[in-house]
Amino acid sequence: MSGEFDIELPLLLEAIHRKYSYDFRSYAISSLRRRLEQALEHFGCRSLSALQERVLREPEVMRGLLAHLTVQVSEMFRDPSFYLVLRQQVVPYLRTYPSLKLWIPGCATGEEVYSLAILLREEGLLDRSIIYATDINPEALRKAEAGIYELDRIADFSKAYCEAGGRGSLSDYYTAGYNAAVFDKSLRQGVLFSDHSLATDSVFAEVQLVTCRNVLIYFDRVLQDRAVALFRDSLCRKGFLALGAQETLAFSIHAAEFSEFVREEKIYQRR
Amino acid sequence: MGSLIPASQTQGPQAILVGGSAGASEVVSLVLGALPADFATPIVVVIHLPRHRPSALAGALGGKCRLALREPLDKEPLAPATVYLAPPDYHLLIDPGPSFALSVDAPVNFSRPSIDVLFRSAAHVLGPGCAGVLVSGASPDGAHGLRAIQQAGGLVAIQDPNDAAQAAMPEAARALCPDAPILSAQGISQWVQQLSAWQTSPRRGAI
Repeated sequence: MSGEFDIELPLLLEAIHRKYSYDFRSYAISSLRRRLEQALEHFGCRSLSALQERVLREPEVMRGLLAHLTVQVSEMFRDPSFYLVLRQQVVPYLRTYPSLKLWIPGCATGEEVYSLAILLREEGLLDRSIIYATDINPEALRKAEAGIYELDRIADFSKAYCEAGGRGSLSDYYTAGYNAAVFDKSLRQGVLFSDHSLATDSVFAEVQLVTCRNVLIYFDRVLQDRAVALFRDSLCRKGFLALGAQETLAFSIHAAEFSEFVREEKIYQRR
Repeated sequence: MGSLIPASQTQGPQAILVGGSAGASEVVSLVLGALPADFATPIVVVIHLPRHRPSALAGALGGKCRLALREPLDKEPLAPATVYLAPPDYHLLIDPGPSFALSVDAPVNFSRPSIDVLFRSAAHVLGPGCAGVLVSGASPDGAHGLRAIQQAGGLVAIQDPNDAAQAAMPEAARALCPDAPILSAQGISQWVQQLSAWQTSPRRGAI
């Protein structure tokens, strides 16, 4: 069973790339395998070949598969200590720019976008900021843009917001509906939600901060290097790159092009 | 105690995987505390934990352990004489290399990290080159992963449910791997030691 799976896997990824231009060929293999096993179950397909047949002929199957291949589960203010350090040590630098551009690649359903927007609002920087929130999954981007999250997640978000040095209450930023919290749309006035692939697209703006947390873990080292090169080419000199808690540039061919700004929080600065 | 390693095994494991939940850290502490500083085989431990970081586990296990002990970073290669602890709020997987991979995909069995996720990826990537053991825990996580290791030709062991602080995890594992050896905490400690001793001095007939 697993032998056939390993034969079919590159064929499926090639088919997806040729037909839809989504490039998963350099994704980290073990996570990709898990996600595809779940997709097989979801679509009731016996094999990746059977799934490939449907993906090639039914675009709606590709849309569903895209959700399986890209969706990650994040929270607002995940790792509060990171946001605290961002506020205390990076914001003073950001303040020196008359206008700010920030990029959140792989923004998924937007939890990180609203976290950053709230932080910038509280630091008086949101009005002069443009945040590029990009992802390859249009459905995730729609959810990110809507800014609506299930009410039962909000208690955790609020706790993290406080630990992250929030100056008020998270409830200052949303309206509670029946089963959901709707985030204030003024938070996303300066946010540009857009389709962008770290695997196939190129640089589109010069930015002062890239926060790309827990996205590169899904890429193999070659694709990670491509993404980090994009970050380097997008960042102004002395611009900041923030990675996830267990991510590192240590294994990247571009490691020497960055310095460690806050090692414990995986915040780097472009040399 | 006689050899716990079946004669059919011709090659030592590239990694030893340990999973547990409630009541597991005492057992894992015992196992790690008995290992020499030059214990070659990398050991990877998943114990279900509260989500916040930094995790208190390294401190709890580190005291008696003579091996290097840390949470792996994404893409970090598995190194000898090192114990790796799954970081809180990530799934930990093995990629070819072998190296570590992480994911923030949804929790499995209400757990992130999930033992099943680690064990299954290791079974796939290392095949017979991994060994897995499940100890005390109040969740069924890990049982399917242990079976995957066994089916891939790797060695497995289970803590005796009567010896475990929480029996649910070893019971679930025993149901799926009925022929796996059932060992006391002490027995697991010896089992792990034999795995590496046997790797450094391969028995006659090994290639």
